[in-house]
Amino acid sequence: MIVAKSLDAALIALREHDDARVIQGGTDLMVEINFNHLKPTTMVSLRHIPELRTITRPDGNTISIGSGVPYSQLEIEPVASVLPALAQASRTVGSPQIRAAGSLGGNLGTCSPAGDTLPVMFALDADIHLQSSDSHRTVSIHQFMTGVKRNVKRHDEIITAVDFPIIDGWQGYSKVGVRNAMVISVASACLVADHKSGDVRLALGSVGPTIIRCRETEQWLKDNASLTHNSVISPDIAREFGARASRECSPIDDHRSTAQYRRHAISILAARLLQKAYS
Amino acid sequence: MSMNEFYTLNVNGQPMQVQDSWVGESLLYVLRERLGLPGSKGACEQGECGSCTVLLDGQAVCSCLVMAATAVDSTIVTVEGLDAHGAELTDVQDAFVQQGAVQCGFCTPGLIVAIHHLLEENPQPSELEVKEAISGNICRCTGYGRIFAAVEQAVAVRKASRTS
Repeated sequence: MIVAKSLDAALIALREHDDARVIQGGTDLMVEINFNHLKPTTMVSLRHIPELRTITRPDGNTISIGSGVPYSQLEIEPVASVLPALAQASRTVGSPQIRAAGSLGGNLGTCSPAGDTLPVMFALDADIHLQSSDSHRTVSIHQFMTGVKRNVKRHDEIITAVDFPIIDGWQGYSKVGVRNAMVISVASACLVADHKSGDVRLALGSVGPTIIRCRETEQWLKDNASLTHNSVISPDIAREFGARASRECSPIDDHRSTAQYRRHAISILAARLLQKAYS
Repeated sequence: MSMNEFYTLNVNGQPMQVQDSWVGESLLYVLRERLGLPGSKGACEQGECGSCTVLLDGQAVCSCLVMAATAVDSTIVTVEGLDAHGAELTDVQDAFVQQGAVQCGFCTPGLIVAIHHLLEENPQPSELEVKEAISGNICRCTGYGRIFAAVEQAVAVRKASRTS
């Protein structure tokens, strides 16, 4: 175990140990280990690295959230009023115990399509900071996630922060699961209505190998409803928006739900979010 | 599996040595099997039941999901280390006994820790806030009614002691 006290120390440890794995809160990784799916030999703990626990405003249009900031901090100010969809998504993660430990870095590192905060990153076009001992790069979330539990992070890199654009508009997140607390999503959706550009952006979770951005549905809405911040969405437009979104996803049957139910849930979630955005 | 981890944890105000352990061991395992603190219970091992709840740097977390060797330089409080202010039981434990909030008892230590944490942060929680605070602690016996009654009693006892 290497308990890193700084980002540099962690990056050097990763460079020097090919078998090393990083651990932040442990809420995903420890499940794998407890059930003998993973037998780590060298671990690098990121828990005591202050650089990963900061929330900054690098410029007026961006909020940058350290990869180790726990969800419990994302549910409240100063994040909640700037990124309400992220606050809502964070609020649905696990239980208070899980939210005190888990973080965006874990959601990104694991890259499960059911990761609660990933649709928010996809709808807001977030950027991911990746740092190695000798380089730094910023990757769009759209390029970062490549498949079920797959991403472009290299072994020698650490996810340090996520940059979210601050938008003038409405944003919201909804999720369907078997109960209210302590649930992994069956289907989830994040909708962003950017009042400046007039664009509506929709991203879906748990209904495909990656998070799905509904580009065709977004374009259809743009072509069929010229939206301003005080527009009213008719029930017909909302229904068609939901139906199109449900056709744009590619869910599967698994132990949590069926593809058919997931498609239905998406049509409802997308329609409701759109109506909420303009009510 | 090499057993070459040596480290010191600060548990209930005491430095405790962990020797010859494997890097992947959870804090729950180390507390129970290596440090002789079996109060925290292990059930789901995946963060769903809350019976292993401890305070880590003042936050209620599932000890089954904390890699023990990462918890060096942190303050750990288990159900054994909650401050009873010289009495045999803490006020929350006493309220659980008086209100009959215990049936099989397996979830009880986790609930006790979670409720202590809640009342430290929020001495006058609403019913909804209590439900939220223990939403990560699963009890399959009581139906929760008597647990809520116990929280209500603990809140009232603390309020009375503050005003007296």
